[in-house]
Amino acid sequence: MFLEFVEGPLWYASVVIFLVGIAIRFYEILARGVKPDLAVPRTDGTAGALRTIVSRSWTAKGFSSGAVFHLVAGYMFHIGLFVLLFFAAPHIVFIEERILGFGWTAAPHWVFIAAANLAFAGLILLWLRRVMHPVMRKISTFDDHAAAWLTFIVMFTGCMALLEGHDGLRALHMLSVCVLMIYFPFSRLMHAFTFVLSRGYTGAVMGRKGVQA
Amino acid sequence: MAKVVTEHDYARGVEVLRNQIDAKIASYLSSCVGCGLCAEACLFYTETGDARYTPIYKVEPMRRLWHREQTVAGKLAKAFGFGSDLTEADFAEWQEMTYDSCTLCGRCSMVCPVGNDIAYMIRKQREAFSAAGYTPPGLQGASKRALEIGSPMGVTWKALSAQIGHAERATGLTIPVDVQGAEYMTLFSSMEIMNFPEYIEAVARIFDAAGVSWTVSSKAFEATNSGIQIGSSEIARELVSRVVDAAEGLGCKYVISPECGHAYTAIRWDGPNLIGRPYEFEVVHILELLDQLRLQGRLETEGFDERKLTFHDPCQIVRRGGVEEPPRNLLNMVAPNFEEMPDHGKMNWCCGGGGGLSANEEAHDLRTTVFKVKKRQLEATGVNTMITACANCRIVMEEALEHYEMPVVIEGVTELLAAHLKPKAGKTEKATTE
Repeated sequence: MFLEFVEGPLWYASVVIFLVGIAIRFYEILARGVKPDLAVPRTDGTAGALRTIVSRSWTAKGFSSGAVFHLVAGYMFHIGLFVLLFFAAPHIVFIEERILGFGWTAAPHWVFIAAANLAFAGLILLWLRRVMHPVMRKISTFDDHAAAWLTFIVMFTGCMALLEGHDGLRALHMLSVCVLMIYFPFSRLMHAFTFVLSRGYTGAVMGRKGVQA
Repeated sequence: MAKVVTEHDYARGVEVLRNQIDAKIASYLSSCVGCGLCAEACLFYTETGDARYTPIYKVEPMRRLWHREQTVAGKLAKAFGFGSDLTEADFAEWQEMTYDSCTLCGRCSMVCPVGNDIAYMIRKQREAFSAAGYTPPGLQGASKRALEIGSPMGVTWKALSAQIGHAERATGLTIPVDVQGAEYMTLFSSMEIMNFPEYIEAVARIFDAAGVSWTVSSKAFEATNSGIQIGSSEIARELVSRVVDAAEGLGCKYVISPECGHAYTAIRWDGPNLIGRPYEFEVVHILELLDQLRLQGRLETEGFDERKLTFHDPCQIVRRGGVEEPPRNLLNMVAPNFEEMPDHGKMNWCCGGGGGLSANEEAHDLRTTVFKVKKRQLEATGVNTMITACANCRIVMEEALEHYEMPVVIEGVTELLAAHLKPKAGKTEKATTE
């Protein structure tokens, strides 16, 4: 009964809030507008935007050694989460049956285990840095902690839900997913979508100056 | 005439800050995940360990205002009584983070994983702080002098005229002034005029040898723009307008930005946006022009400087300006033992005096402290000669080198080239002026 609720009405409500929320956030950003740049460009801004959208996925040169911990943990978490989200067998089945109507080959079990370990270790390390490092303590908000803990709960209940035959655990995972989706548009998790805008804007400005940013 | 605000009015600051948040800034604030990596690229954090100097923390007033007034979550929180509006205390506290501990060097903007241009955000936050009167007295004074006298250091046309006279006697050349129809109009920075007048001589020698048609304007000779540094578009617009009016009045095709970092940002990149229209002329940095002359075979040198030397990349010319290759091409003409510093080019570390810090006495000690990163770069390179292309960088670094008792000599690119200039055949007494 509870599983039917979280996979039915709550899921659909969450999807609507998620999508509408993201649309609102994009509107909030884009509606503010950007004045056209009247300075004569040295090189093409569009090419610069596209370059920066891609290039900032790789670690920049010029960090001091203090950045290594965060960079390693960041890659661990994001790569692990990406594999879990899109290549875990239950997720592909869910996407095929409930969202897209088609699926793809799931990652082998060992890849799944490795990805889960990477994602958990990365997330925990990032959160520990957030509570222990003076810079992180200075700049962190409630949202940062809430987003980290919600993500952890989703991942943890997801692993628990792998115990097939336990509908309660699956329902718990779906419930946490729904909560995360409702929270997502109003939090810093939005960077998963808005990074295209922020990287693009900077890349365009720097591109016009002839700087590969 | 634009005015420098000296009376505190934080409410005015809040109003201006609200209007600075465009789509770019909204996307930056939406994307920031508070990773703190910008701190590891900022010399104010790396050299002090003070978490307050984390670049994204410097724009915390902007983030708070945006979140509270321009996001659904913030509006909801406000409706339920959570959070607080910006106060006078916030402006007083963040003045240091907005001015004393940021040179607008933009190094943080190059490393942010989500691409945030934090230097742009701080520049925009300065608009609010300058409107609210929360600015360092040194920058207030510099801006007032720029508006009233025409130069942040109080350099008048008569003072420049005297320096031109010295340069003419030293070179035997006539430096053209207010020549209608000259191809290039040359700007100088106050630092060059008062501290490094050898730049004027170098330009005169090179332009004479290369047959460049040029002039100096008695109405607008100052390249420095205090409005950019203090964060007042109103002041910046007025200072840029003076140059634009003079150059267009003389019918010049080009305006030459001198060896000064933020002057280049002001006249090349910000200027057209400040006055609301493209120029009728093009802006070229002196390094770009010299490199063009090299390519055209009009800049010929002889002999070499055998010293082992390195190059300090001025942030606004290289990282924020895109003039990275020209100084290297020029140095390679005369300096066979030129060696790059670690983190050179667009990832170079700032001298510590950009963004108005050189005029900000309250930031003097901090500026000297953060020079430690440049000290390490120099020690790693093992040179005793550093070439640069910014008079402001030069004076700031010369002072810091004295403080740290480092026997390093600093010279400008243009001077170095002029010292190796091949005398032209049939040398004329006058510079070519059409």
